[in-house]
Amino acid sequence: MLKTTPFHPRTSALVRAQTWRRWAGYQMASAYDPHPDREYAAIRSAAALIDVSPLYKYRIAGRDAMRLLDRTITRDMTKLKPGQVYYTPWCDADGKVVDDGTVTRLDEGSYRLTSADSSLRWLHLNAAGMDVRVDDISERVGAVSLQGPLSRAILATVSPLDLRSLPYFRYAETTIRDIPVGLSRTGYTGDLGYEIWVDAERAVPLWDALMEAGKPFGLTPAGVWALDIARIEAGLIMMDVDYYSSHHALIEQRKSSPYEINLGWAVSAGKGPFNGRRALAAERTRGAAWGFVGLEIEWESFERLFAAHGLPPQISNVAWRASAPIYDAGRQIGYATSGCWSPLLKKLLALAHLRAPYFTPGTRVELEITVEHQRRRANAVVRKLPFFDPERKKA
Amino acid sequence: MTPRYDAIVVGGGHNGLVAAAYLARAGRRTLVLERRHVLGGAAVTEEIFPGFKFTVFSYVVSLLRPEIIRDLELPRHGLQILPLESTVTPLDNGDYLAGWADPDETRRELCRHSPRDADAAVVFGRLMHHMAMAVKPILGMVPPDPTSLSPGDLAGLLKLGGHFRSLGPERFHALHKLMTMSSADYLDEWFEFGPLKATKSASGIIGTFLGPRSPGTAYVLLHHYMGELDGAFRAWGFQKGGTGGISESIAGAARAHGVTIRTSAAVERVLVRNGQATGVVLEGGEEIPAKIVVSGLDPRLTFTRLVEPKDLPDSLVEAVRRFKFRGSSGKVNLALAGLPNFTCIPGEGPHLRGAVSISPSVEYLERAYDDAKYGEFSRHPYMDIVIPSMIDPSMAPPGKHVMSVFVQYAPYNLNGGWTDAKREAFGDTVVDTIARYAPNLKSLILHRQVLTPLDMERITGLSEGNIFQGELALQQLFFLRPAPRWAKYRTPIRGYWQCGAGTHPGGGIMGASGRLAAMEILRSTP
Repeated sequence: MLKTTPFHPRTSALVRAQTWRRWAGYQMASAYDPHPDREYAAIRSAAALIDVSPLYKYRIAGRDAMRLLDRTITRDMTKLKPGQVYYTPWCDADGKVVDDGTVTRLDEGSYRLTSADSSLRWLHLNAAGMDVRVDDISERVGAVSLQGPLSRAILATVSPLDLRSLPYFRYAETTIRDIPVGLSRTGYTGDLGYEIWVDAERAVPLWDALMEAGKPFGLTPAGVWALDIARIEAGLIMMDVDYYSSHHALIEQRKSSPYEINLGWAVSAGKGPFNGRRALAAERTRGAAWGFVGLEIEWESFERLFAAHGLPPQISNVAWRASAPIYDAGRQIGYATSGCWSPLLKKLLALAHLRAPYFTPGTRVELEITVEHQRRRANAVVRKLPFFDPERKKA
Repeated sequence: MTPRYDAIVVGGGHNGLVAAAYLARAGRRTLVLERRHVLGGAAVTEEIFPGFKFTVFSYVVSLLRPEIIRDLELPRHGLQILPLESTVTPLDNGDYLAGWADPDETRRELCRHSPRDADAAVVFGRLMHHMAMAVKPILGMVPPDPTSLSPGDLAGLLKLGGHFRSLGPERFHALHKLMTMSSADYLDEWFEFGPLKATKSASGIIGTFLGPRSPGTAYVLLHHYMGELDGAFRAWGFQKGGTGGISESIAGAARAHGVTIRTSAAVERVLVRNGQATGVVLEGGEEIPAKIVVSGLDPRLTFTRLVEPKDLPDSLVEAVRRFKFRGSSGKVNLALAGLPNFTCIPGEGPHLRGAVSISPSVEYLERAYDDAKYGEFSRHPYMDIVIPSMIDPSMAPPGKHVMSVFVQYAPYNLNGGWTDAKREAFGDTVVDTIARYAPNLKSLILHRQVLTPLDMERITGLSEGNIFQGELALQQLFFLRPAPRWAKYRTPIRGYWQCGAGTHPGGGIMGASGRLAAMEILRSTP
C-alpha cells in the first residue's frame, strides 16, 4: 500500500475519477476532476490548493547546522538570513546533482530542508564530525501549496500576518484560523503563491479553513496533472523526469551538473568548501557541455505533420514525460524530457537538454514527434526559461 | 504632403483592432478611431454596477482564430481563456439534461434519457468534426467571386473545388445538408430526445431572426462548431475579465506594433475625393488624412453613413439596403448577492461553472420565435445563461456573482417600438422565466441591466442590434457577404476598405474578417 498524506481524509473525498498516482511513496491525486483543465486554470486565474506533503522534509539544528548545509548545497548558506528560503541543488563530489529542493532558515539556528528524494543518509554522511541534529520530519509535517493570483487575498482573510511583508522566497510563522503554520512565499508553479507547513495532526482543519476561506475566491483543489503544466511553463525541473539524481543514475552519462540543468545561477563560486566545488569550478572554466532550455514547437510545422494525414493537431491536456530526440540537420543534438500544451500561452512547450552550442536562445532545431504511428520532426525554437514569468510572482 | 497615417481604422471593435494590428505589424502607420470611451465594440467589459464587471454583450469565446492568437501573441497581452465545461438544460418535469466536460460522464447522462442518442452523439460529434475541418480552409480565404474570370478568382475557385472534391461524397453531402436544412430537421435525422435536439438546435438560431425549423439554421449551428480553441473543435471558453479582455489584448498587441488608438473619437464621415478615400472627419470637425480608410463598422454604416451613397454604384447601395440585420436577441446582465439554486440540480455544483440553457424543447424554441415573428418579444424565451464570476471570481466581489443571460427572441422591430416600459417588461420576462427553474433568483438581484436590440444599436452602433453585423444567412455568406462583387474587403471607393463581421467569414469573436482584410490590403497596396 502506498502511504497517504495528512490531507488524505479531505482529498480522497474529492478525487472523482479515482485518478491517483504515486509521489515519493505516497498516494497523490493526479486530478480531482477527470481531467485537469479547470484545476490548471485555477492556478493561473484564481487560486489552487495542492497537497505537496510527499516532499521529504528535514529539520536541521545544532551548532553546526549551517555548516552542514553549506557543505551540502551549492548556494552560500552564510548569506541566508532568518526567515529566508533558498531554492538550491546539491551535488556529489563530482559536481553531479543529487537532488534539488529548498532550505529555509526557520530561526537563528534551525533550518528545514525539503527534497524530492530521501536525503537522511546523505545528510548524515556530510555531517560526519559535526555537532548537528538532523530530524526526518517528513511524516510529522503536512505541506499544502496555495498558488495563484488570488492566493494572497485568500490568506489575508485567515491569517494575521501582514502578507505584504513576506516577499518572494521568505518565510514566517503565523496562524491560519488559530492553527499554527509556517508560511513560505514559494511554490512549484511560477505564480504568486505560498506553501503552508503544518503539524500533520492539524492538517485537516487547515485544509477546511483554507477551502472555506477560499471559496469566494474560486479556490480549487488541484492535482499533479495541473501542477505539471504549471511547472513546465515556469521552467521548473523535476528530479528523475528532467534529470537523474546522481544517486539513481545507472550510467555516468545520465548524470548532470547544475550547469547542465539550468541551475548554474545557484552555484556560488565564492563560497567555502562544498560537495563538488572543484569539479564545478573546472566545468565553469571550460563551459558546460550541455544546456537545459525551453523549446517552443512551431505550430504551423506541427499542424502540417497532422494535416498530411487529414488530421487536426492532436494535443493532450496532460503534460508528457518521455524522452524525445532533438535534431539539427539530421544529427541528434539533444532530447526533450517533458512538455505540454500551455493553455495560457497557447503554445506547445518542452523542456530539453541540448549540446553546446545549440542551447543558445533562438536556435532552430527539430523535435521528434510521432504522428499516426510514424516518426516525424517538427520545427522548434530554443527559448530561455521560464516560458511564463508574471510580475505578480515576486510583487 | 504625406499624411501622417497610412491607414485609419474606423471602429475599435475586435475586427478593427485585429486589422490595425496586422497593418502595423507590416509597417503601416495606423490609427484606430473608436467612438466610445471603451474599446471592443460588442466585446467589452464594463463595471455597470460598482464592484461587478459585466461582459456586457458577447460573453463567451471559441471562434477566435488560432493564427491571430499566435501572430499577435495575444497571451502576452492578456488573452487568458478559461474553460467553460458544461451545458445544463433544466427540463419542465424537474429533471435536467447535462453535457459535461468528460465524455464518459456525458454519455452516461445521455443514456439516462436515450441510450440511442448517447450512441448517436458520438457519431454526430465525429461528423461535426469533419464538417468543421471541411469549412476550415474557407474561413482562412478571401472569397473568390464565382462569376469572375480573373486569375485570382479562378485560382481561388479551383482551390475550393479541389478541397470539396477531397472531402468525398459522404462529407460533401453532409455539408450540403448543413448548408440548406433547418437545424431542427437536421437534428431530427440524428436524435430522438427532444431537449437534446432543442439544446443543440439553439446554436442554430443565435443571432438570427429564424426559428429552429427555418431552413438555413443548420449552418449557424455549424458556425458555432468551428471554434478551435486549443486544437479542439467546439471548445468554448470564457476570457478572464470578460470579453473586453480579448479586445484589450488585441489592442495591446496593436499598440506594441505601433498602432495609435483614440477612444471617444467618433468618425463623422470618410473623406472621398475623385473616387478615392483621403481620410476621415471626426464629429467636431477634426480632419485626419490617411492613405487608406478601413471601416470596421457593419455594411449599412460602412456604405450608407460613413460615405455618400452617391459615391457608390446603385447595385451595391441596393444590396446593402436589402442586407438583413433584424437583430433578434437581447441581453440581461445581473449582479447577484449569491448563487441561484436550480431546482433540477440543487446546490452549488459544477453546473454553475458552465452554461445553463433554457431550451426544454424544439417546440419551446419555435414558439419563442413565433412571438418574434409577429413583432413581440418571446413570452418564454430561449436563454443561454453563464455565471462568469464562477469561472473568474474577479468579476464580482468575493462571494457575490454576475450572471450573463443571452436572450432570444427580442425583435428589433417590436410592435409599437421599444420603450423603457417594454424594456423592463422584457427584463421581467427573462427573470421570471429563469426563476421558474431557480426560484431564489429574484431575491438575489442587486442590479439588473437589460439590453434590447435597440440598446445594442444605440450603444455599439450595430445596425438593428444584429450581433453578427448582419445575419449569417446563406444568401449573406462567403462571396455574397456583404454584397456580390464586394466580398473581398474592397469597396468601389479606392482606398476605402471594410473589415467588420459584415464581411466573410462573419460574426462571433473570430477576428478572421479583420485579419483577411488586412492581408488583402497589404497585398494590394504596397
